[in-house]
Amino acid sequence: MIVDLKIKRFDPSDSGGKTWWQEYSVDIHKDSTVLDALIQVREYEDTSLALRCACRASICGSCGMRVNGNAKLVCKTRVVEVAPNGEQIIVEPMGNQHVVKDLVISLDTFFDQIKRIKPYVQPDESPESGEYIASNESMENLLTSMNCIMCGVCVSDCTVLEVDSNFIGPAALAKAWRFVEDPRDSKKESRLSELNNEDGGIWDCTRCMKCVEVCPKGVSPMDRIMELRESAIESGNKNTPGYHHTESFYNSVKKHGRLDETRLAVDSAGITNVTRLLDLAPVGMKAMIKGKLPPILPHKSEDHKNIKKLYNKVEGEEK
Amino acid sequence: MYEHDVLIIGGGLAGLRAGIEVTRHGVDVAVISKVHPVRSHSNAAQGGINAPLTDRGDEWEGHAYDTIKGSDFLADQDAVEIMSSEAGDAVIELERMGVIFSRGEDGRLGTRAFGGQKVARTFFVGAITGSALLHVLYEQSIKLGLGVYEEWFVTKLIMEDGVCRGVVAYDIKSGKLHTIKAKAVIMASGGSGRVFEPSTNALICTGDGLALAYRAGAPLMDMEMIQYHPTTLARTGILLSEAARGEGAYLLNSKGERFMEKYAPDYMELASRDVVSRSEQIEIDEGRGIDGNVHLDLRHLGRDYIEQRLGYLEEVSQEFLGISMAEEPVPVRPGMHYIMGGIKTDYNGATIVPGLYAAGECANVSVHGANRLGANSLLDTVVFGRRSAVHALEYIKSVESASKSEVDLKSEQVRLQSILDRPKGESIAKVREDMALGMTKGIGVWRDQSSMEGALENLNNVKTRVPHVSVEDKGKVFNTNLLSALELEFMVDNAEAIVHGALMRKESRGAHFRTDLPERDDENWLKHTLVYKDDNSNNGVRTDTSPVKITQWEPVKRVY
Repeated sequence: MIVDLKIKRFDPSDSGGKTWWQEYSVDIHKDSTVLDALIQVREYEDTSLALRCACRASICGSCGMRVNGNAKLVCKTRVVEVAPNGEQIIVEPMGNQHVVKDLVISLDTFFDQIKRIKPYVQPDESPESGEYIASNESMENLLTSMNCIMCGVCVSDCTVLEVDSNFIGPAALAKAWRFVEDPRDSKKESRLSELNNEDGGIWDCTRCMKCVEVCPKGVSPMDRIMELRESAIESGNKNTPGYHHTESFYNSVKKHGRLDETRLAVDSAGITNVTRLLDLAPVGMKAMIKGKLPPILPHKSEDHKNIKKLYNKVEGEEK
Repeated sequence: MYEHDVLIIGGGLAGLRAGIEVTRHGVDVAVISKVHPVRSHSNAAQGGINAPLTDRGDEWEGHAYDTIKGSDFLADQDAVEIMSSEAGDAVIELERMGVIFSRGEDGRLGTRAFGGQKVARTFFVGAITGSALLHVLYEQSIKLGLGVYEEWFVTKLIMEDGVCRGVVAYDIKSGKLHTIKAKAVIMASGGSGRVFEPSTNALICTGDGLALAYRAGAPLMDMEMIQYHPTTLARTGILLSEAARGEGAYLLNSKGERFMEKYAPDYMELASRDVVSRSEQIEIDEGRGIDGNVHLDLRHLGRDYIEQRLGYLEEVSQEFLGISMAEEPVPVRPGMHYIMGGIKTDYNGATIVPGLYAAGECANVSVHGANRLGANSLLDTVVFGRRSAVHALEYIKSVESASKSEVDLKSEQVRLQSILDRPKGESIAKVREDMALGMTKGIGVWRDQSSMEGALENLNNVKTRVPHVSVEDKGKVFNTNLLSALELEFMVDNAEAIVHGALMRKESRGAHFRTDLPERDDENWLKHTLVYKDDNSNNGVRTDTSPVKITQWEPVKRVY
């Protein structure tokens, strides 16, 4: 089967850092992966094409790249999946990370993020002999995060990192979750408070779901981040706009049956946080000019009594 | 020029474990690896790590005997005794470092069954045990501040007065060569599966460290012992862990028969790997295969159980063949998987070259002999990774710092430049493929005098082509074209030792099964084969043998 590829090239030796697109056609088995096609190019068409790959079995995490705009592990992406009708396949290096050459990105961004979260178990004390006693469920629970192979695919397509390079990032936060949840770790509280307070921490995720969508190993980093938020709140970390936002959202719907957007903005910023509130003023003005300003005083939803009943029922169940 | 007390080549399990040990002693150490540590091939070990935990009724002697029987009595029994008796502590240590081993109902570590052993003593993390161990050791290396030369490629060991004093290495990201001096070097660079085609091994498993040590004068031992894994996925050759059979999967032929009944009535699918691979091959060769494969059937285990205990296997089966193991049997066949052979070391990891140690798949201690038991490779890496570090720490106490000479750097610069300057010639990939297909054909599940001579002839032909392969990429940064030329040279050295080892051994033992000499011959061949590089001899090698260490288990007929 003929596979057509269009590959983004980058030559670092060129003083201007030359970038260009190059097209290739290779003849390979119909069940081949995109990696098979790229290896065929590198071995027989153009030996100057640089890419990383090793295991070919989606366990080493080397071959993260963008295929038709989304980051993927190319070793587990079959050609027929991305080009069912023989379309040209577009391959680019991953995003949010510095390109070294062609499809090879620098690993520094990724591993610097990992190192920020103290990525190792910190037990209080070791048992006198033998292993730590822990339930199988508590260990299996950690498999979700342990399945992470550090391929960087989530970091590539994270929409927050695109605008804020200080964000700890989805992979590192999913790894942080693993230590917060590990029954052997003694630093749960301090980990949560750091992740809560740190610039670029758990509240900087915008819940766009992109990392969940692209992760090739089912780690679902965003879900792990949301669980970290819940744990942080449960541990008494209630000092962030993120927490105030959540609380205001909850109370507003409970009280009015709908969202009071004005109140939400004010609560999130903090009623006493004058600087932050002044920051909001121009946004409010613009919204007003466009006729998009939400009502200053909230309307109650017709059904708000039923919504309140629902709340009471759920809260009752939680107790 | 860089300098360390200890330099470790390879960032997989053996290398990281050694690095952690040296760091704990506060001695200056660095790891150098051609890939980032978490990309190492230790990742690929799926099923688990063996350990006889004595506090739950197991005995280390039982594991030692199973290992020795598995090795077809070629393993050195003193080394196996050490591995088996240190295994329990090694696994408990890994758990304390943070490995999330599966547990039993009592909250203690749980086990699964594995091949060649009647006792279930394989500790595991789903079907990603290697990856889980590697990531945890990497975490510990971060905690301890272990330095890594990431994506640096060693091109030569520096030898001064017969002593190993460091390396010349190529920084892949800058294209510059550097000298790194050390008082001791620990080789932990993994295996050489790419010498064969197909292989379950990663593309990075090119036997670099074996070749480096071989060139520096260390003998490669029992290199003919090539493990063919019984369950590699049809067409792709991707590994499906022995854990599948450990959890109860059947092997079926085209008639739907559990054919292992005929070959290993007692152990069935969990006979040792060489036995199962040969049995499969007989079924296929005698016309009871399914398109050159047999079936691995897990359906009776049920979807929930498969997903819980063997999730990664279901993932690859789905991804690469579009088959769900819960619904259909998976076509599998024997595939080249592991080299039992390697750089000859003693049980402290020391090679005959002063200052040079080796551990993990590149080394041959020997604990695997003629056939390695599943889940003993991870154990080998951590036990002998640690031991080689401990011994190297002793060794360096009486060693002066290396000289400041950079003569090897200069000669390597000339050598690499000459490769870059070659006129357009043959494709590196084509030459490798021809070598690897010839090796698989001649040194396969079966072999005989003529097939091995065929492999030698093919290799000799390949050797004449290697100096003419060309590197079209002249760039400095991430020139994988140049690296693949250097790797090809390393692979050829590995192939040379494999073929000569195979031709030397005039018997069948473990993985070395000669159809022309099908019996084991303890009288003449209860010994190791050694291949030395020797540029003065006609065929480039000098061969020798060394005795097998027997402590308490006299060889008996091996029946499963």
